[in-house]
Amino acid sequence: MRDATSRVVVDVTVNGLSYQREIEPRLLLVEFLREELGLTGTHIGCDTSYCGACTVLLNGKVVKSCTVLAVQADGNRVETVEGLESDGKLHPLQSTFSELHGLQCGYCTPGMLMAAKSLLDGNPSPSEDQIRKGIAGNTCRCTGYVNIVKAIDAAAQQMREE
Amino acid sequence: MYPAPFRYHRPASLEAAIGLLGKFGDEASIMAGGQSLIPMMKLRMGDACEVIDIGRLPDLSFVEIRDGMLCIGALSTHASIAASEAAARIPLVQEAGGGIADRQIRSMGTIGGGLSVADPSGCWPTSLRTLKTSVQVRGPAGARSIAIADFIQDSYVTTLQPGELVTEIRIPLPAANTGSAYVAFKRTAAAYPTVSCGMELVMDGQTCTSASIVLGAAGPMAVLCAAAEQALVGREVTETSLGEAAELIVAASDPPADARGSAAFKRAMLKTLVLEAGRRSLARSRGEQVKGGHRYA
Repeated sequence: MRDATSRVVVDVTVNGLSYQREIEPRLLLVEFLREELGLTGTHIGCDTSYCGACTVLLNGKVVKSCTVLAVQADGNRVETVEGLESDGKLHPLQSTFSELHGLQCGYCTPGMLMAAKSLLDGNPSPSEDQIRKGIAGNTCRCTGYVNIVKAIDAAAQQMREE
Repeated sequence: MYPAPFRYHRPASLEAAIGLLGKFGDEASIMAGGQSLIPMMKLRMGDACEVIDIGRLPDLSFVEIRDGMLCIGALSTHASIAASEAAARIPLVQEAGGGIADRQIRSMGTIGGGLSVADPSGCWPTSLRTLKTSVQVRGPAGARSIAIADFIQDSYVTTLQPGELVTEIRIPLPAANTGSAYVAFKRTAAAYPTVSCGMELVMDGQTCTSASIVLGAAGPMAVLCAAAEQALVGREVTETSLGEAAELIVAASDPPADARGSAAFKRAMLKTLVLEAGRRSLARSRGEQVKGGHRYA
């Protein structure tokens, strides 16, 4: 029998801050971030684990937050686009996406940035092929990806020099 | 989209998980990484009232060589298998893990889940069927080992009994002069394969002594064809003999016409994949390093 009143308490660390909430276990991580915590930087695109607009990092691993339950993040660490800047200074990826026009409408950008961050966390000097494979789970309907790839490459270079 | 309401359980041990499976029977759904289950629940397919999250169970995430076999814990993610040096001993396994969907899905999805879902276009059912894989399962009556040929019984149907779950995948390490490959045609990274092919060839000099060829997404279950394998055994592996094998196994396939392509298109693509898997397997049997990877539209 279904019991819609079943609720669970979760404790999730998002961008370094700990949040405790009582939620329905069916709540998706993306909804948890947007509706419970007000972190609307993470977008819902296709909602079918295809487009990658909802990409965040879970314990440092890149995931699609529309295909993760919030309870799966209980006790774990989540990084979203809101956590990229530090002390009012943009992350190199944010700067290069802006400078090199790595976006047009911007809807895919938060997911694209988080996928790119995870790629560079694991590989500071990716080839163009590796960059393209690294964002293969993220769909952009505007740019044709050329400037996105350029922006990630430029950010990687900047981060290596820092 | 939300799944329908369900009750959530996170057992602390495998024994507790098996106990919950027995308690809830048909109402229980096992969640490992959730990458197949959650999309299905969001579409309100199936009837998951009691979700048993085994994703954090200890000791089920490993990729190691033991007793002459590649042993993979059921909760090993596709990403961890693709990155594993042990899995690299069998190129087909590494190729299958590294080619599933995209990085995001590979972070969460597990081999035990991918195999248990038994999707006819899934990468693990096809690739593991190519090898002499055995599936270790645990249930209320204890542990047992099931040959991969007996594990999947139909589309989305396995021989798992109520209360049983997969704990480990075991694959014997290949003999010398063996090469294997798994190659799929995919519309995009995130999509399931349109069609796929797994192959393993054992060579003695120029002569093939054993061949295993499996087609995926080419019917309700993995497609095998003894005549196609016989077209290679005892012969040289050439474009001609591979072409004959491809004709025979594709003739035995029944790919469904759907949004991914017509049956005729899929048959043509399957022939291409058999040739590609054959070339890679042959080169690998000679110790050559061959780059893996799928074909994308």
